[in-house]
Parts: sequence; C-alpha cells; structure tokens
Amino acid sequence: MRTIRFILQKEFLQIFRNKAMVRIIFIIPIVQLLVLSYAANYEVKNMAIDVVDYDLSPWSQRLVHKLTSSGYFRLQRHTFNIKEAYEDLQRDKADVVLVVPRHFERDLVKEDKAPLQLLVNAINGTKAGLANAYAGSIIRDFNKNIRTEWLAMDERNAPPVIEVTYSNWFNTRLDYKVYMVPGILVVLITMIGSFLSGMNIVKEKEIGTIEQLNVTPIRKYHFILGKLIPFWIIALFELAFGLLVGKLVFSLPMAGSIWLIFLFAAVYLWVMLGMGLLISTFTETQQQAMFIAWFFVLIFMLMSGLFTPVESMPGWAQVLTWFNPIAWFVKVIRMVLLKGSGLANIQTYLLIMLAYALVMNGIAIWNYRKTT
Amino acid sequence: MDPIITNGLTKRFGSFIATNAITFEVKKGEIFGFLGANGAGKTTAMRMLCGLLRPSSGTAKVAGYDVYTQSEKIKQNIGYMSQKFSLYEDLKVKENIRFYGGIYGLSDKAIKEKTTQLLKKLQMEAEADQLVSALPLGWKQKLSFSIAILHDPSIVFLDEPTGGVDPLTRRQFWDLIYEAASRGVTVFVTTHYMDEAEYCDRVSIMVDGRIRALDTPRRLREQFSAASMDDVFLQLAREKAKS
Repeated sequence: MRTIRFILQKEFLQIFRNKAMVRIIFIIPIVQLLVLSYAANYEVKNMAIDVVDYDLSPWSQRLVHKLTSSGYFRLQRHTFNIKEAYEDLQRDKADVVLVVPRHFERDLVKEDKAPLQLLVNAINGTKAGLANAYAGSIIRDFNKNIRTEWLAMDERNAPPVIEVTYSNWFNTRLDYKVYMVPGILVVLITMIGSFLSGMNIVKEKEIGTIEQLNVTPIRKYHFILGKLIPFWIIALFELAFGLLVGKLVFSLPMAGSIWLIFLFAAVYLWVMLGMGLLISTFTETQQQAMFIAWFFVLIFMLMSGLFTPVESMPGWAQVLTWFNPIAWFVKVIRMVLLKGSGLANIQTYLLIMLAYALVMNGIAIWNYRKTT
Repeated sequence: MDPIITNGLTKRFGSFIATNAITFEVKKGEIFGFLGANGAGKTTAMRMLCGLLRPSSGTAKVAGYDVYTQSEKIKQNIGYMSQKFSLYEDLKVKENIRFYGGIYGLSDKAIKEKTTQLLKKLQMEAEADQLVSALPLGWKQKLSFSIAILHDPSIVFLDEPTGGVDPLTRRQFWDLIYEAASRGVTVFVTTHYMDEAEYCDRVSIMVDGRIRALDTPRRLREQFSAASMDDVFLQLAREKAKS
C-alpha cells in the first residue's frame, strides 16, 4: 500500500502541475456540458413556411394564421408565385410550403371538400416527419372547427370524437435538456476514464521512465492502481461538479438517490479505466492511444441511446448495445435522476457493469507485462 | 558468493542471437566495465541481468537470486540508471528523491535523512525545489546516479551513464562511482568512452554477442600489445570487420 501511496502522490503532482491537463479536466467539460446541452435539441420549432395562396379568401387566411400562431411555423413568405416557393425550398430558406389552390373556400363550401398541398423539405427525415405531423394536426383541427361553425352545430350535436388526454411522466414539461444533461455527464466522465488514463500510462513509455520503473520493485498491481486511482477520483469529482452545474443551470431534477449514481459511476469508471489501461498496453505513443480510445468511445457514444433511442436501431445494433457500457450508464443515470429508480430497479445493470469491469481489467492486466 | 554470476547466458530473437553464451562473474565492490560496439549485445545482456528480459538459455544469478524465477527479488537489490530519462522532468528534485525512495520501501524518516545527505553531497541544496527539467544534463546524471543507489543496493547497473556529458562532470561522476564502490557497492557499467574503461577494475569487451576479452585494463593492453584501451577496442572491432 505504501508503494501505491508514493505513486499516487507523484501522479497528482504531475497532473496538477501540467497546465494543459488542468484545463482538460476542469474547463473543457464545463464548456461541453453548457454548450452540448443546448445544441443537442430535438424539439422542432419555428420551421419556415412559405404559403402560396391562390385563393386569398378569409378561410385561407384563417388557416395561415392558425399555422403561424401555433409556434411551430414561422411565415417565411406569402406569395402567389409557386416558383418563389420552390426557390426557397431549393435554397433551404423554407422547410415547408403550403399551397392553397384557387377556389379553396368555394369548393369547401359547395362540394364539402377541398385539396391542400403540403411540400416538405425532407433532407432531415425526422424534421420533415414532425413538420408533416404538426401541419396535418393543425389542418385537421381547422377542419373540425369550420365544420362545427358552419353547420351551426353546438358542441353537443357534434359528431362523436375520441378525445385523448395525456400526462407526461418523469419529464412533465418535456424539457429536452433534462433528458440530455445526464447523458452528457456520462460522456464527460467517460472521456476522463478512457482517454486520460490510457494516455498517462503511454506517456511513461514515450518518455522512457517506464524502463526505470520496470527495474524497481514496483509490482504490476501497484503501478496499475497508482495510475488508475487518480483518474477514478478526478472523474467522480467531475461527476459531482457536473451534477451541480446541471442543477444550477438546467434545474436538473434529482428524483432518485445521488449516492446510487455515484455507486454506479464508481463501478462504471473501472470499466472505462480498464479500457484505457488495455489500450495503453498495445500502443506506444499518446497519439495512438488517443485515436484508439476515440474510435471506441465514439462508437459507444453514438450507439448508446444518448442521442437517438436504442429502440429505433436495427436489431443487430440493439444487440451490440448489450456490450456498450455507455449505453447502460446513460440508461441508469436517466432512470435514477428522472424517475427516481432505486437500487432494486438498477441492480441488474450494476451487476452487468461489475462483470464488465472485471473482464476489462482482467484482459488489461493479463496483457500488461512488466517483463518483455 | 559473487554478486553477478553468469554461465552460458544466451538470448535469441528468432534466428538472431543477441547474446551468445556469455560466462563471467563480477566480484563484490568491483567496478566492472561492460564494453562493446553498438549492437554487440550489451544492452540485451544487461536487461537480462536486471530481470527485464527472460534469457533463452544459460543461467545467471544476480545478488544471489536467479534471473528466471526471482526477478522481483533482484529488482529489490539492484539500482539501475540508464543513459536517459530516469528522472521525472516535471517533478522537483526533492519529489524525485521521495518518489524513488518511497517505491523502494524506505521509511519516511529514512527518505528525509537521505534527501538531506544526498543534496549535501551533490551540493544541490539550493536546487531542491527546482524542477528537474531546469537542471543541466550533468547535474541530472549525477542526481540520477545518486537516486539509483539511494536504497543501498548491493549492485548498481549503469547503462552509458555519461553519454553527452562534459569531461569535468564525467570526472565528478566517476568520483561518485568510486565512492559507491568503496562502500562495497558492485558497479556494472557500460560505456563508449575508452578513458572511462581505464577507470574500471576489470573490463569485458563484447563483439557480436560474445565476450572476446575480459581482464584488467592493464593486462588487456599487454595481451593485445596496445598503448591504450582505445587500441584494444579497435583491434577487436577490426577483427570483426575482417571476418
């Protein structure tokens, strides 16, 4: 234990003496948390709409008004010329074009039905789908209203309609930041765990001091623990710091136990630290270590359900998330913070993580040799 | 028992034989010069003796411990200093001493005492709180050596310790080596400087993985009827070039 104490002392001195390292550890994560949380926004609002109104009737104007006052659409251009609208679509100035044909009002009154055309810029499929759905729903609503008005029916005589009432659980105001911040916290501590630890070990190889350490009585486990514990502590500290920023800046709810998050993070970090260690055993320079760590972390991150739901991935990709530690932690941190899940709810995940930690570190230690 | 005994020590890398059945022993308190051109197999031999590299065949005992089975014991009992980078440049002089003292299991009290002694001996008291990166190369090397013997090992391995150092500092460095040897520390040193070879008690010269000469510098000069160790070395090197 004494040996480990001396290694820890040395590591902390070196980490905090390195100005770049201090910045990487303290400033970059905070900036990422603040910026990414705002940027990773999936709400679609203020879509630009061009209205090509050939009818110019009170009804068509009411429809346009209804669309633009919904908050989802912003009137980009009101025109009689379809070409202008096409151009806007072409130049990405408009997301949606609504074409109201001539005699829209007349047809509606006389023939009981009138066509409308909706052109959606579908480069971003998700956004297009939402635009379609929002516009569809607003137009349906408009339709219902005019019918009631028109037939001078009061509510009681209206045709039966199934009304769905709903309530949003766990994230009542549907605030995407509440959903994203916990996930981004996971990414931050993952970076520290896998990048910095691996790079730090490789650095000893790069500058050659590992040769010297190898001829000292330092044992394999001394060296490994001495190298990993500092980053374990720093990452847990960072998690605390991130949660605090989340609470203060984003009013992050903390429905469950914070200690449970730390318990899970403590185990999770050993998986990432083990990965860093493993990478360091087969790389010779810090660049190599960084690129390999980046490769894995990027894949883990994009396939973790952080940005896109795991359920919408193809079957094989869903199977892969079983082997993705980031996916588990993203799931658990959201469960605990937002839903208030307790130990009983997450214990399976905790055990899975523990198994990963053992396997990852086992392979890494087996692969790490003091004697060549 | 002699601190270093080897018998037919061999290391093969594939079909290449880096060290070919070398046999020698080093006496306690001796300064043993281990010479050879680049690629002659010196470093490989030294790495096997330090427990860093497993020999392919042959036997060797260092400080009474077997290189195959007791390499951790060997590490506890030897000091090692390589030509470069044995110290942490981003740690202060004092912190380097404390770190290496600590990992060799010295007590806090012993570390403190030894630090004071060492700084005094090297006249570096004023630099105790400086980063090693700020020291001149010669000072770093002297500091490295002193740290390598901080835990009072019975043997110290020096791998080209004076590479790139000015003659005056080299002289001072050898004073440190003599002082250690006079306290009974066995010194195993590789060097490219032939004047340094003259300072050794005994010298071995390796050519192509084999030990081609081993004796005191004086007797080697007689044997090869050479004026200096330089000549001895060149004769052996030329012999290799001819063959």
